[in-house]
Amino acid sequence: MDFTFDFNKSQLESIEAILEEELIELGVECVVLIDLAGNVIVNLDNGRCEHDVYSLAALAAANFGAVSAMANIIGEEEFSLLFHKGENDSIHFSKIGTDLLLLTIFGKDVSLGFLRLKVTEANNKIKELV
Amino acid sequence: MALINPKKKEVQVKIVYYGPGRGGKTTNLEYINKKFKSRIKSEMVTVKTYNDRTLFFDFLPFDIGMIKGYTIKIQFYTVPGQVKYNATRKLVLRGVDGIVFVADSMTLRQEMNIRSLENLRENLASFNKDLNSIPLVIQYNKRDLGKQGIPILPIESLEKDLNSTLKASYFPASAVTGENVAATMKKIISLTVISLKEKLDLGGK
Repeated sequence: MDFTFDFNKSQLESIEAILEEELIELGVECVVLIDLAGNVIVNLDNGRCEHDVYSLAALAAANFGAVSAMANIIGEEEFSLLFHKGENDSIHFSKIGTDLLLLTIFGKDVSLGFLRLKVTEANNKIKELV
Repeated sequence: MALINPKKKEVQVKIVYYGPGRGGKTTNLEYINKKFKSRIKSEMVTVKTYNDRTLFFDFLPFDIGMIKGYTIKIQFYTVPGQVKYNATRKLVLRGVDGIVFVADSMTLRQEMNIRSLENLRENLASFNKDLNSIPLVIQYNKRDLGKQGIPILPIESLEKDLNSTLKASYFPASAVTGENVAATMKKIISLTVISLKEKLDLGGK
């Protein structure tokens, strides 16, 4: 399946507001909503984050595709949640609907459990919009 | 398909360099990266195996300025050419807007070119896309090898093998020396952006 996603300005503003409220305020560094083709749909950060989000999106989409192929091999349709832990910063990936992926980059001061809760809340709100 | 962001007034366009293994897809992007450094704000991303072959893809973002008030961000990708990596090629083709098929001019590689083009046709079909209608440029790479006494196919023969029905724009080129690398790139950008014009006129609605 290919993509037919297009977002209008008000949808994008609503998504930004949700991500700001649920995740940026929680203290994450950066949050990026992408599609599975590797396009950046929305990116927000805490103002101190200078990551190359376009490269990150391309790699994240590919990474998610590779992991989904692994899931198929073991009889799962997909792994809807991925988490890469680093020494200082970590990345959390969460699938939204069928074609979107939410990437959250956060430091040691954010609790993973709380983040997962907030990501789920954001995920549900965004799903209603798209 | 291209992603249009009406809020940021930005369009992300995906152009994929496709073709048989060791055909010069990565070398094309490396040349573009070097030659047009001022337009490239970030590092070229490349996921390679231990022996320097493309495992997943190369990725190079390229800004071409504004069209109809939108910033156009071209995103160049290559696919891994080796036959065994078809699953990866399909992943990279997802959402593609334009394709450069990099054919290898060496006589030895005649069959590989034909197979790779057929593979491209099949993979596009799995996304309900048609090779005959997607913006496409064919590049006959490694023309420089002829001067070194390595047997290469004449352009007429390559055209007959690969482009007799597609009738795509084509360029004899050498990714190593840079000959026609920029011309290939400019042609695919222009074909792809023209194909998106209708969508841009609608303002991404």
